[in-house]
Amino acid sequence: MNLSRRALLGTAAALPAAASVGPARAQKPVLKIGVLTDLSGVYQDIVGPLAVESTRLAIADFGVADKGFDVEVLIADHQNKADIGSNLARQWFDRDGVDLIVEGGSSAVALAVAGVAKDKNKAYINSGAATSDLSGAQCNANTLHWTYDTYMQAKSTGAAMVKAGGDSWFFITADYAFGHALSRDVGNFVTSAGGKVLGNVRTPFPGTTDFSSYLLQAQSSGAKVIGLANAGADTINCIKQAKEFGITRPLAGLLMFVSDVHSLGLDVCQGLVLTESFYWNLNDRTRAFSERLWKRMPNRRAGMANAGPYSSTLHYLKTAQVMGAAEIKKNGAASIAQMKKIPTDDDVHGTGTIREDGRKLHPSYLFQVKKPSESKGVWDYYNLLGTTGADEAFRPMKDGNCPLVKA
Amino acid sequence: MMMIFGIPAPLLFGQLLLGVVNGAFYALMSLGLAIIFGMLNIVNFAHGAVFMLGAFTAWGLLNYAGIGYWWALLLAPLIVGAFGVVLERLFISKLYKLDHLYGLLLTFGLALVIEGLVRNFYGSSGLPYRIPKELQGAQDLGFMMMPNYRGWVVIAAAVVCLVTWLVIEKTSIGAKLRAATENAPLVQSFGINVPLMITLTYGAGVALAAFAGVLAAPIYSVNPNMGANFIIVVFAVVVIGGMGSILGSIVTGFGLGIVEGLTRVFYPEGSATVIFVVMVVVLLARPAGLFGRAQ
Repeated sequence: MNLSRRALLGTAAALPAAASVGPARAQKPVLKIGVLTDLSGVYQDIVGPLAVESTRLAIADFGVADKGFDVEVLIADHQNKADIGSNLARQWFDRDGVDLIVEGGSSAVALAVAGVAKDKNKAYINSGAATSDLSGAQCNANTLHWTYDTYMQAKSTGAAMVKAGGDSWFFITADYAFGHALSRDVGNFVTSAGGKVLGNVRTPFPGTTDFSSYLLQAQSSGAKVIGLANAGADTINCIKQAKEFGITRPLAGLLMFVSDVHSLGLDVCQGLVLTESFYWNLNDRTRAFSERLWKRMPNRRAGMANAGPYSSTLHYLKTAQVMGAAEIKKNGAASIAQMKKIPTDDDVHGTGTIREDGRKLHPSYLFQVKKPSESKGVWDYYNLLGTTGADEAFRPMKDGNCPLVKA
Repeated sequence: MMMIFGIPAPLLFGQLLLGVVNGAFYALMSLGLAIIFGMLNIVNFAHGAVFMLGAFTAWGLLNYAGIGYWWALLLAPLIVGAFGVVLERLFISKLYKLDHLYGLLLTFGLALVIEGLVRNFYGSSGLPYRIPKELQGAQDLGFMMMPNYRGWVVIAAAVVCLVTWLVIEKTSIGAKLRAATENAPLVQSFGINVPLMITLTYGAGVALAAFAGVLAAPIYSVNPNMGANFIIVVFAVVVIGGMGSILGSIVTGFGLGIVEGLTRVFYPEGSATVIFVVMVVVLLARPAGLFGRAQ
């Protein structure tokens, strides 16, 4: 057969026109949800593709077929850069008609995107960021902070370590907004519990791979606990190298996820204490959720930041059903306000509520990493040590200085 | 306790020693870069990616074929070196007649592609790789615990650096290689296969990076970004030592490791930048680098 290039081009040009006939016939409103996440960087395993999949699972579980509206998912990579993240958000809101952004990136990106959501009056629900400022001084009426924050981590892991006798601390801190917030929040807990902070070394971020110098400084300070106010690959390297240098002081991984434990292996991680607001093997509901997610993306178990978008997306869709899809598309702030009125209930976090300052409330769980002999297999990593109730897990609203909250 | 500049002496000695360990990696990496630049005139931005490939190959050998650390130390550089030869033949050899900039852009692109592919298959949080049984444990040096493995890294790196330097400076192969860099047509007229020699040189430079990658695998987590974090510093080391200078890259590699180690005690926030400060000062005072020849 002899096809000319012109004929081929002509066919290609006609295709999109033919495809658009379908949706044009259906008159249902379409809710557009953008998953803005790290698809290529250091936090890819903490959020990334698994967060995208959990968002899709929420839509499937909700079952839009009989609800009178359709849902479309868009995906983008913010590369952990605030400028890229906010540009993508702006593009989505202005050009692509996105109604809601979920996941939404690490601290610096999150604070930038929250500002864009407010300017454009759209909805933004963050799962991946740690900074407690998102529901504190920098809160706004278009933003919810869903899964965890630095205060939750500090309160659970920090307090547990102090209680266990760790009354003097040395911090190894990633030198940017997130690390500073985390070591500040934990430090406050330590001192208010009568402990002391003996030192805090700020390590360049990103790009530090060798932490042995800082670990030796921590050791020679005489502190009883070495607090790791960093995340992802930084935490992994710290733990690995502490073992190598025979550092026997307890390490506190102040922000760790199940993917970090998987990467390090149990023989390195055993005995570490950490906090998450979700674990796949926590109860029947989390197990059921994890099985469904496993079918979509085998070989990886979700940590809290992977699973968070499931919970937030599901709640958004329920709210859309209450308000009506046409209504929820109109006004981002109104949709967030409505979400705050409805109690949350899903397989990831169980039942919960959303506070006026945009803080989602649910329990946090203190875990200890199992010994290799205790683990029944790959991904069986945690023993539950304790639970902090939803009413106590997060910073009291009056201490957050969120401008939305009237004094 | 004895104090030096307000720092307890044991802590300072510890940092000096750690500086030497990191310097060993810098030296190995910048050595490969210096050879490639010296002989091929290519600024090999893919060096960090092949370093990472070395580590991943060691991991793969262990997990897919059950081949342990010691064999990996030999095999991974050979495998990755062969990959380097393919890269050179397919892509880089096309650029020798063009400006440096093209080689830089090509190798940078290759690095992004390689890292992206590995990230796609293995994620970003890294894979565990154990320290070999024989080298576990640590020696108590009085002022610090020195892990056996890190001691081994210094020795292995120093030996490899020395051997490489000897081969290039003292053997007839090295002499031909150096001659080919100066005047390729003349050397070719003596019946020496210059293109083959250049291809193998690139392969050898890449193999050195892969060797460093295997050495690094048990210390750092084996992850796709491990080379990208490293490569910029290593380039600074090469520039300070003098582009293309073999001895310069070895000496500055170890020296800057120590400078960086000391900065971590006195001003940790600056430890990522100190090497670049040194680079600026050196470039102002000696634009050809400490050991480089002005052209």
